[in-house]
Amino acid sequence: MILVFLDQADGEIKKSSLEAAAYAAGVAKMMNTTAEALILGPTKFNLSTLGNYGITKVHAASSEVLTAFDSQVYTTAIQQAVEKSGAEIIILSNNSSAKAIAPRLSIRLKAGLVMGAVALPDTSNGFIIKKNVFSGKAFAHVKVETTKKIIVLEQNAFHVTKTEGTASIEPFEPTVPASKIKVLSSNKTTGEVLLSEASIVISGGRGLKGPENWHLVTDLASLLGAATACSRPVADVGWRPHKEHVGQTGLAIAPNLYFAIGISGAIQHLAGVNRSKVIVVINKDPEAPFFKAADYGIVGDLFEVMPKIIAAVKKLKDVA
Amino acid sequence: MKILVCISKTPDTTAKIAFDDNNTKFATAGVQWIINPYDEWYALVRAIELKEADPSTVIHLVNVGGSENDAIIRKALALGGDEAIRINKDATDPFDIATQIATVAKAGGYDLIFTGKETIDYNNGSIGGMVAELLDMPYIAHAIKFTLQGTTVTVEREIEGGEETDECQLPLVVSCQQGMAEARIPNMKGIMGARTKPLKVQEPAPVDTYTSISAFELPPAKAGVKLVSADTPEELVRLLHEEARVF
Ligand SMILES: Cc1cc2nc3c(=O)[nH]c(=O)nc-3n(C[C@H](O)[C@H](O)[C@H](O)COP(=O)(O)OP(=O)(O)OC[C@H]3O[C@@H](n4cnc5c(N)ncnc54)[C@H](O)[C@@H]3O)c2cc1C
Repeated sequence: MILVFLDQADGEIKKSSLEAAAYAAGVAKMMNTTAEALILGPTKFNLSTLGNYGITKVHAASSEVLTAFDSQVYTTAIQQAVEKSGAEIIILSNNSSAKAIAPRLSIRLKAGLVMGAVALPDTSNGFIIKKNVFSGKAFAHVKVETTKKIIVLEQNAFHVTKTEGTASIEPFEPTVPASKIKVLSSNKTTGEVLLSEASIVISGGRGLKGPENWHLVTDLASLLGAATACSRPVADVGWRPHKEHVGQTGLAIAPNLYFAIGISGAIQHLAGVNRSKVIVVINKDPEAPFFKAADYGIVGDLFEVMPKIIAAVKKLKDVA
Repeated sequence: MKILVCISKTPDTTAKIAFDDNNTKFATAGVQWIINPYDEWYALVRAIELKEADPSTVIHLVNVGGSENDAIIRKALALGGDEAIRINKDATDPFDIATQIATVAKAGGYDLIFTGKETIDYNNGSIGGMVAELLDMPYIAHAIKFTLQGTTVTVEREIEGGEETDECQLPLVVSCQQGMAEARIPNMKGIMGARTKPLKVQEPAPVDTYTSISAFELPPAKAGVKLVSADTPEELVRLLHEEARVF
């Protein structure tokens, strides 16, 4: 049996966790078994609709105690769900919670762990999973040698196709230790598209000359329902918040479209974005290294090009 | 207070990524090695700041690797830290590395263990959590701020779309990223002093194999960029809509 852990934010299941659910169903199909899901803490999500992602049963622990995140508490709860359900393969989505839980769970279950999987396992010769390495510059095929296995799926790496189906819901009451971590406060921007989950990202670099010109980035982003990002020096000088910094030392993302404006495409920047499906580059320097990694581009002055692009998108979206 | 900082050796961020031996080994010819940036800039420097605030603090560095790692360990000692321990093993499986570090950590009785958010080569980010579990300690991942008052720790950590502030008692394990500290470069005094700081070599503990890398693969080369004239930016919008179908 395959068990997928569905991570929540404010009572909603994260988009990336739904990808993990569909992936779990994919693994289950390959291995002729079923995929079940685990959810910790009260939820607003209609759990039976997880059937649309190929999940047959949901183990739902609705205890308020599980609202605050603590990797020790969560690991214990997941371990009990694994024992109860007899799961052999545990799947999580590569987000902030899984990054803390999965390594602990690996030790607890004596299960080999693959962080950042990008494809379904290859079972023709053992159990091998393809994952990102060298910050998106290569892949490794990792052989998991233990009976129990943990796969942490990269975000935006698995395409979700919905099916017909209803999942049954089974209440689950784990016995967990008291948390040693007290959450003092949590500060989240709401209403914005999350950079890590966004399917379109509009990003700006030093070529924009200053924060007063960022409307060229944000206007396009809001038209397309996109998230915004930036290069490291832009965050370093405070033109944009650090959470927007992508690259080797920032966030690594893999949207369907990465639209880079006035960014040179230094190797450390590319490391965070080169898994994007389509890359567009606007740069006045034809020698900018980014053009080598791009699918589409314009060599030109962004201050002339961008207003025209924004106008064309407005026209397309019929919001002139 | 005793702090253990986990230090990994990684290829320089500009290193050419290629593979030898039928794509089973990272090609190291001509590669420059550095301290993994997250370990150096954030974990180590934050530990040094804590020692500057309280000079009775002891900082130990730990690395798992062969003698070829000594150069970057000395560099880390030049930045700060009192002593380094190298576990003499060429390991790439996170479970192996974490087991070795946990063995050192248990023997040393540390109050605080720092790792980087992840290494820039294998991008697992799993050592901190594994070590925490092996030591039965709380773990806070992706810390962007860390303050200490007595034995009470306040950590700000990154979550999707924002930050969360947590409070916890020592001992604990923390993985560090941008925001924790400002990168520094070693000064002459540090470099001279590093030569005489102890670098102890320890033999590895036996461990089971959980995972192994069977092969590497480079991503397929891009077909090449399709350039649109700066005079007709609307053509780019059309191509993205009709050809690439990204919006
Ligand atoms: C260890 C290490 C880690 C790093 N990590 C990261 C990282 O995670 N992320 C990251 O982004 N960087 C990182 N860097 C920095 C990286 O090397 C580059 O310095 C940085 O990405 C450059 O940012 P930029 O492209 O915005 O600026 P620049 O390199 O200054 O490029 C600006 C670009 O804008 C173009 N331009 C200027 N004016 C116009 C105009 N009017 N119209 C059109 N185009 C214009 C220029 O031609 C140029 O290509 C790292 C560096 C090191 C050493």
